[in-house]
Formats: sequence, C-alpha cells, structure tokens
Amino acid sequence: MSDLERGVREICRSFRGDRTRMMDIVQAVQARYGCVSSEALNVIAAETDTHRVEVEGIVSFYTFLSAQPKGRVVIRLCDDIVDEMCGMRPVAQAFSEALGIPFGGTTPDGAITLEYTACIGLSDQAPAAIINDVPVTYLSSDKAREIVAELRRHGDPRRLVHRLGDGNNAHPLVRSMVHNSIRRKGPVVFAPFENGAALRKAMAMSPAEVIRDIKTSRLRGRGGAGFPTGMKWEFVRAAEGEPKYVICNADEGEPGTFKDRVILTEYADLVFEGMTIAGYAMGAAEGILYLRGEYAYLRVFLEHLLAERRRQGLLGKSVLGRAGFDFDIRIQMGAGAYVCGEETSLISSCEGRRGDPKNRPPFPAQRGYLDRPTAVNNVETFCCVARILDQGPGWFAQIGSRASTGTKLFSVSGDCASPGVYEYPFGVTLREVLTEVGAEAPAAVQIGGPSGQMVGPADFDRTICFDDLATGGSMIVFGPDRDPVYIAKRFLEFFAHESCGYCTPCRVGTWLMKKKLDALLEGRGEAADLPYLEDLGRTIKFTSRCGLGQTAPNPVLSTLKNFRTAYEKRAPARTDGHRAAFDLQAATAEARALIGETTAIY
Amino acid sequence: MAKPRIATASLAGCFGCHMSVLDIDERILDLIELVEFDKSPINDFKKFTGRCAIGLIEGGCCNAENVHVLQEFRANCDILISLGECAICGGIPAMRNTIPLRECLEEAYLHGPTVHNPRGRIPDDPEIPRLLNRVYPCHEVVKVDYYIQGCPPPADAIWAALTALLSNKPMELPYELLKYD
Repeated sequence: MSDLERGVREICRSFRGDRTRMMDIVQAVQARYGCVSSEALNVIAAETDTHRVEVEGIVSFYTFLSAQPKGRVVIRLCDDIVDEMCGMRPVAQAFSEALGIPFGGTTPDGAITLEYTACIGLSDQAPAAIINDVPVTYLSSDKAREIVAELRRHGDPRRLVHRLGDGNNAHPLVRSMVHNSIRRKGPVVFAPFENGAALRKAMAMSPAEVIRDIKTSRLRGRGGAGFPTGMKWEFVRAAEGEPKYVICNADEGEPGTFKDRVILTEYADLVFEGMTIAGYAMGAAEGILYLRGEYAYLRVFLEHLLAERRRQGLLGKSVLGRAGFDFDIRIQMGAGAYVCGEETSLISSCEGRRGDPKNRPPFPAQRGYLDRPTAVNNVETFCCVARILDQGPGWFAQIGSRASTGTKLFSVSGDCASPGVYEYPFGVTLREVLTEVGAEAPAAVQIGGPSGQMVGPADFDRTICFDDLATGGSMIVFGPDRDPVYIAKRFLEFFAHESCGYCTPCRVGTWLMKKKLDALLEGRGEAADLPYLEDLGRTIKFTSRCGLGQTAPNPVLSTLKNFRTAYEKRAPARTDGHRAAFDLQAATAEARALIGETTAIY
Repeated sequence: MAKPRIATASLAGCFGCHMSVLDIDERILDLIELVEFDKSPINDFKKFTGRCAIGLIEGGCCNAENVHVLQEFRANCDILISLGECAICGGIPAMRNTIPLRECLEEAYLHGPTVHNPRGRIPDDPEIPRLLNRVYPCHEVVKVDYYIQGCPPPADAIWAALTALLSNKPMELPYELLKYD
C-alpha cells in the first residue's frame, strides 16, 4: 500500500467513510497532498462506498479543489470589478512578471501557482488576494514583488503578515492583516452583547413562544430575498421528519459583500447564539455553519469559540442544563463556489455533493439537509434573532421602517472615501448613505451586488428596505468615469463562470449575453443588440431554476434600464440589415493564411 | 397587381429543406398561383430579377460565398426566413466548429487515409470560396425576420408560414407542426 493510499484511507476513516462528509474528506486530502489525484479519487470512492465519478464531479466543481498538483503556495488574486478599480491590473502584472509565469501557471520548481479568483470578501481593502488561506490586502505592484521575494525566501504565507488588523483580526488564532472597517455601529448587530443572555431568555419561554416573538418582530431574512424568518421556522417546526437542522449561510459570495466576514470576526457569538435559539425553537439538534472557503483563515478561531460555548454549557448536551435540549454546531467549509450561497446548493454541498441547486418544492423547510426539515438563514439574520430575544420583539420592530424592521449591514466599496461596513436602520435613503461613506461624485450604485440592480442619481432619494431598494448588503459605488456597459460585462463574466451549468439558458445564455456586450464594447454593436439583450435576459430569468440564473441578467437589464444612453451610443442603427458584429475579413483570415493568400476578400 | 416574389437559397445545407418545400405536394400549384419564384434552385434563376417579398434561406454560412449570397438576399428581400436547423443554428456543418480549421483542412486534403494529394497543397484555387473560421448561423451575419425550425421543417409548417405571410394573416404554427419527438 502506497503512502498516499494509507493517508487517504486514514482521512476517510476519520469521517467514518461517511459519503455525506465528502467535502471534508476531499478538502483534507487536498490540504495534505496538494491535490486530489487520480489515485486518491479511487481510494476515496472505495472507502466511502461510492463511484469514482461522484468524487471526481465534486473535485471538478469547486474552484479550490484540484485533481492536478498545484504549487505549494497558491496565490489567488481577486479580479473583481472593485479590485480592478483599485488597481488590480498592475498588481497582476507585477505578480506575473516577478514569478515569470502567466495566470493559471505554476513556477517550474512547483513552488508557487498564480490564479485569479472571484470576490474574496475584501472589497473594502482592495486589491486583495488570498495566498493559501492567508488574506493579503491593500496590494500594490511593489507589495506584489515583495510578497514573491518573501515567498521565495521562506515559502510560508503566514509569515507574510507583518502587521495585524484591528479587533479579533489580531487574535492569536486569527493573526490576519485584515481590517474590520466597521464604520457605523447600530443597535442590533454591532452592539455590546453578553454571551448566553438571549439564549436564557429564549429558554425561559416555550419554543412556540420564541417563534411568536420572531414573528412579532417582523424579522425578514438578511440574505437578500427577505423571507419572513418566523414563518420559515414555523414551517420547519411543523414539518414531519427528525432530526431537524439549522444551517447558517456564511457563504457570502456576492461580489462586494463582506459584512459576514466582519460579523464572524467580531460578533460570531451572536451568530452562534442565534443558531442555538433557532435550534431550540424548531427542535433541531444540529446546526451547521457553512463557511465560504475564502474565510478559512477564521476557521480555527471559530472552532475555538464553539469549544468555549460548549465549555460554558451554551452548546452540547443539555444546553444550559436543560435535559432534553441538545444542540451543537459544526463548521462546514465551502471550497470556492458562488452558487453554494443559494440555499439548495448550499445544502447539496453540506451533503457532500457538487453544489447543484435542487428543485423546489419540496422546500428545504420540508425536505432539506439529508432530506430532513432544514432552516437556512443568513449570518446577519441569526444576529437579529439573538438580539430580538435579548431586547424584545417590540424593541426590534420599532427600529427601521414599517415593513422592514431592524437594521441592515451594508458592505460599501468602490469610489468612496470610507469603504467598510455600515449598520443603518432600514428606511435610510441611498443619498444619506452615499454622503456618509464619502462618495464625492457618485454616478451609479450597484445595490445588492451583481444580482441586484444598478441605479443612477435619479434613484438616490429612494429608501433602502424590502419594499423599495432591497439589498443583501452589497453596495458598490461608481464614479462618473466608470462605464456601466463594462461593469455589466464584468458582472456577467462572473455569472457565466459561476453558473453550475444545469440549466441551459443560464449556462449558455450568460455567455451569449457576455459575447454581445463584448461586441458593443469593441465597437461592433448595433441598435438591434439592445432588444436582443433584453429578450435573452428575460428568457434566462424565466427559465432558470435557481436564484443564480434568475438574477444573472440583472446587471445588464438594470443598466439597460437606468443607463441606456451608455448602450445607445455604442449601438448605432443599421439600414443594410448586415450584422455589425460579423466581419468577413476576420472570419476568413485563418483560411487565407492557411493557403498563403495575402489579399483581402470583398 | 403583380404577384409577390419568392427567392430561395441553400447555403451550407443539404437541400433537405428545399425537398421539404417541394413536399407540399400538389399545393405547389396553389403556391405558384400566389407567388412568382425569383432567384432559386427550384427554377435555376441565378440572379435576382426584382424585389422579393420573401427569401427562404436553408443552411448556415460556412464560406465567403455563403455570406455574399446571404447579404444579397437581405438586400433584395423584404422578409428573410431562416429555414431549418442549419440556417438557425449551423446544424451538422457546425460540428466542425469545435475543431481548428487547420486540422479540418489537413485531415481532408493532406492526412486523411484515402487522400491522394502528391503536391501536398490545401486547395487554393481563387474560384474556391474561402472558408470561414467557423460555421455561422444566418442571423449572426444578417438580420433575419423569422425562423422555421426542424430538420427539415415539415412541409405543412412551411406551407402554413408562407400562406400566412402572403395573405397578411397571423402565423399559426400549432404544436403538432413543430414537435419532433
């Protein structure tokens, strides 16, 4: 038996060969051997009593997993639009030149791999990268060259951290250079909190009363869709099937969102408390925190907090000494797949599968994780839950606006003086926020990330709440020099890359839209392209089964609506009926070159 | 009033769609009561003789000549219809789109097992239309007004579409005419 076989077998057995823990197994193998090789795939399949293709499917699905060996150090530079606006291109060039390899390449000695990655939750300190698990922030081309020199010297990404960030970023178990950049504290999330206080109050009531309190508070989910939390919990509580599960969605992958990073760094106990309350209210025994792979640097710290809570009797057997109420939380690591932020994909991923969305119905509240009733809530929602139980639903309901109670965290980035996280009561106008974040000449704001909408100055007096401008929290500010068409194209590229591929309209349609935007940007556009984009966008939204496809055309549709002139000036009307994007010379260039013909075709 | 004119062309297609046009059987007699055929392989007119109401295009564009013919149709026809899978999506000819052009030509003219080509040259006579880098569906080259799908589209669908257009009535293509399973 080879070393690899023995090692992989050992890893599989540490998870009792449980195929639903496949994510943990393949990630452990990847961590130990640098990739999940062909041989490892066979061993894993045998040990978990499944097919090799199952395992292979998982490895190929997630960006952070790989079947081919990569460098011992993997530099993943974020190529999000905000990073690009903050100077990512020169940084990329510096990395590439200093290492002597293109993006996607590995140095000949197998030491360092260089890659691009989608938003890593550090838009407030862009350009940023993650090197293995270590986030590096505020990059410049000089810093990139220094990083390469240092990595060549000692090869240890952790030693790149010379200055620690604020708050728990400096905690011995985190030791990260990331800054919290909490710019505005509100009463709900960013407020002092005593561990266990809310849970004690909850457990003094019956589970039904807890749900009643959540309903009275009119709390709605903070992930973006805004489903009433109390109602969701009631469905789960009433659903048949045991055990029930509570899942916290900490897979914030929406470009420009980073509030969960800050919550988990500074207020993780609030989240865990909210999850425990949810467990109590719904009669669940297990909670899962699905943590995005990009936040792996927080994992040890969070495990430590969970251990502390177990020690204090806030988790584990007989929580707070209450016989019969057992509740524990485990952390499930993601591995770089945006679609896993969608709740049914997230459940698939927790079950050790590819992060494919599932059909609804049945809804997760009926048949979710392992086909059991499951409540999936956002990180911020659990914070609100804990606070509602601590301060009372009446207190919570009087914050914010009538239909949107409480506060909302905004992750603000882009063309503004103070990017960071802001906690505002719902009902605040966009203009107030823009003034406070120091956006000098905002020409456009992307609300709710790429899947949300881009609005212009005409909409700045609208209020942010579920009934007007709804948002999961991402807010990217664009100055007057930014091009809405280019931004839409970058967002679309992101969706085309992150589409799981199940629905053809999403897989192919996003790519077709991107191609059309390319043509517009390259001066090959025509008037007919605009209705084409609108038509195709509507089709994709209407015929995709999960939230990704249903929102992927939004960047184009909302810029077409709010910034139409930017498109129109690139889309002149044609009278000859020829397609502007078709170029006969270019299309025949290859054939002419093959036979050595130098003249053009007319 | 002069009868409206119809033109047809087969680009990178197999003439199957044209066969399907002929498949309207005796209704072709009704059709020529309604219309006059202009440039078309059916009557072997090589050039347009006047403005046409409808142009039917079979096949996508695989070479420069296809592009020229298609652009000529666009210029001479009020309504242009992509007829069948190849015109709409590229069809069978577009299977080469995943293979680099060089490989295609080398396999066909240099390295194929049955190739006899002592001069070792890829055909380059100026008379041969130059190939495009890939096969394009018609609507990527010119504006197309209608699409009738099928491989080939059923004669009844073609008949229904043409008579509706010619009589200026709403086009009714019931499900039965457009299902292929």
